[in-house]
Amino acid sequence: MNVVVCVKQIPDPADPGALDPETKTLVRSGKLILDESDSYGVEMALQLVDAAGGGEVTLVSMAPNDEQSGLRTALAMGAAKAVLVSDEALRGSDALTTAKVLAAAIGRTGQPDLVLTATESSDGYTGTVPEQIAELLSLPSVTFAKSIAVDGGTASVQRQTEAGYDDVQVPLPAVVSVTAGVVEPRYPSFKGIMAAKSKPLDQVTVADLGMDAGQVGWSGAGQEIVDVSEAEAREAGTIVEDDGEGHQKVVEFLAELKVI
Amino acid sequence: MVEQHEERIHMAVGKIWVFVEATGGEVSNTSLELLTKARELADTVEAVSVAGDAVAAAAGAHGATTVHQVDGTDDKLLGPAVAGAIAAAIEAGSGPDAVFIATSYDGRDVAGRLSVKLDAPVITNVVDVVDAGGSLAGVEPIFGGTTNVTTRFTTDKPDVFLIRPKSFAAEESGGAPAAVSSLPVPDLGATGAAVVTNRFVEEQTGPSLDDADIVVSGGRGLGESEKFEMVEQLAKALGAAPGASRAIVDAGWVPYSYQVGQTGKVVKPNVYIAAGISGATQHLVGMKGSKTIIAINKDPEAPIFSVADLGIVGDVHKVLPKLIEALQGR
Ligand SMILES: Cc1cc2nc3c(=O)[nH]c(=O)nc-3n(C[C@H](O)[C@H](O)[C@H](O)COP(=O)(O)OP(=O)(O)OC[C@H]3O[C@@H](n4cnc5c(N)ncnc54)[C@H](O)[C@@H]3O)c2cc1C
Ligand SMILES: Nc1ncnc2c1ncn2[C@@H]1O[C@H](COP(=O)(O)O)[C@@H](O)[C@H]1O
Repeated sequence: MNVVVCVKQIPDPADPGALDPETKTLVRSGKLILDESDSYGVEMALQLVDAAGGGEVTLVSMAPNDEQSGLRTALAMGAAKAVLVSDEALRGSDALTTAKVLAAAIGRTGQPDLVLTATESSDGYTGTVPEQIAELLSLPSVTFAKSIAVDGGTASVQRQTEAGYDDVQVPLPAVVSVTAGVVEPRYPSFKGIMAAKSKPLDQVTVADLGMDAGQVGWSGAGQEIVDVSEAEAREAGTIVEDDGEGHQKVVEFLAELKVI
Repeated sequence: MVEQHEERIHMAVGKIWVFVEATGGEVSNTSLELLTKARELADTVEAVSVAGDAVAAAAGAHGATTVHQVDGTDDKLLGPAVAGAIAAAIEAGSGPDAVFIATSYDGRDVAGRLSVKLDAPVITNVVDVVDAGGSLAGVEPIFGGTTNVTTRFTTDKPDVFLIRPKSFAAEESGGAPAAVSSLPVPDLGATGAAVVTNRFVEEQTGPSLDDADIVVSGGRGLGESEKFEMVEQLAKALGAAPGASRAIVDAGWVPYSYQVGQTGKVVKPNVYIAAGISGATQHLVGMKGSKTIIAINKDPEAPIFSVADLGIVGDVHKVLPKLIEALQGR
């Protein structure tokens, strides 16, 4: 069984970006790391391929700046190879363009049985890319998977819902987005990290995918920012150190609010 | 003769469709919020739903004149069918100028599929929709809600917005039940092949996170799974709903339905109490709209204190038991 995992490389959350005063978009430069949300998809894919007794895990990623460190982390976990679409023209791409690029890149990997993504990226969090990829590839999909098992040509997925969860059966090939909690991601071993350095990484441009640079990035976005403003801040509250009577402060406050 | 003046309020757009969701025949509150907002912006508001008859009264009471019923989804996921039906109507020229969809499980599926079918973008994470002079624009908070970005579409396609729950207050318009009419679903091919074989509904006791006047949430600072009992006891003493940060949901201490935040529930209670929660931006977006916030955390630098009206710098294992006892004694 061959599984493609979409993994996003994002700026380190410990080091947030800034808004470009000129273009009013988020500036993302420098080193990128593997989005933690995608480590669940990588782990799930490795376990499914293992259970199927054959096949491989291929990573697909899009980034504007040649960054490979996040992909190397996922390769170190055990993925076999990766496709990176990297092009300056991709800067400012919206979710739909991202999905088009990823769908085209998935096409380069052959015919996967399953495409995995996270439910939302940590820095973009539109949560629409997985379903857009599925529609672009004319595939069925199940979002918000909390467990996946594959038997022959069918995947059984538990899908989170408002009220609990649904059992869903989907014929393969399909796109499935996984939640944190679907599996516990492994840490790359030292051996894995060393092996990752020489695993095949196919870096391509937008043109290599047969797409037009004018259709991606800012020019392809189909939307424009008309205003950026400070949100109304909450007024500063009272902060007190618990001296053994902190709970009384809470009781008094609740009484003041007339909820007790 | 007195001249007849028809006073017409300027509306931003002609027609908005709202994807109206229901669980067990009960219309989701978020759907009613979206209908209320749509009424403010469009001449005509119509609903699209897979539960037509069940939602006709509530949708009508909140301003929809018609419910476009999408059939054949009983054992299916809603994304492909609903998006297919809306896209087909738009193609046929009978569609809306804008589509409002809630950031829900099915809502995101519908929006993603629809955007590809229309080859048009979706504006996501929207907390307000404004009139941008003849078209609509979506307001999206970024940087943990400290900055608002307003975006509008530059295409001639219908504007699709994915809107967060609790962004607006639901208000009735006093309208009659909406007329139910059928919206045909085109052939979905392989995209409609997923089948739901079972639906599990988790047991829930006490007030729900959505409606509770008070919410008490616990986080990793509780230390271990058993200690969540303190949160439950405090919630019980206050008639509150218990909630949680994602850290302890992922750790398996409590079910996912307790999660408050970006990927969980958005809550706006009168009082929100956060115990042992750091206040990561993804948690804050789910509770920052609460009227008053009380935080208990041992770290004076915890970001949760930046939104708290009352902050207690202290150990939850010391403060919570005393607080529960004091409240039970009242
Ligand atoms: C895409 C994405 C989506 C996410 N969605 C959500 C979401 O919906 N909801 C959500 O909550 N998170 C979400 N997160 C996770 C979020 O970033 C944080 O990791 C999470 O909220 C942290 O949970 P926590 O505050 O319980 O744990 P921690 O961040 O570990 O904080 C624990 C806190 O407890 C305090 N503490 C420790 N011991 C004690 C004690 N004895 N007494 C008092 N205080 C103590 C510590 O000082 C600390 O501040 C998301 C993350 C991503 C990337
Ligand atoms: N640039 C990207 N490269 C690889 N995968 C991505 C990219 N953007 C989004 N994805 C995948 O799609 C999921 C949802 O992303 P989003 O719609 O941005 O919230 C992510 O968690 C990833 O799995």
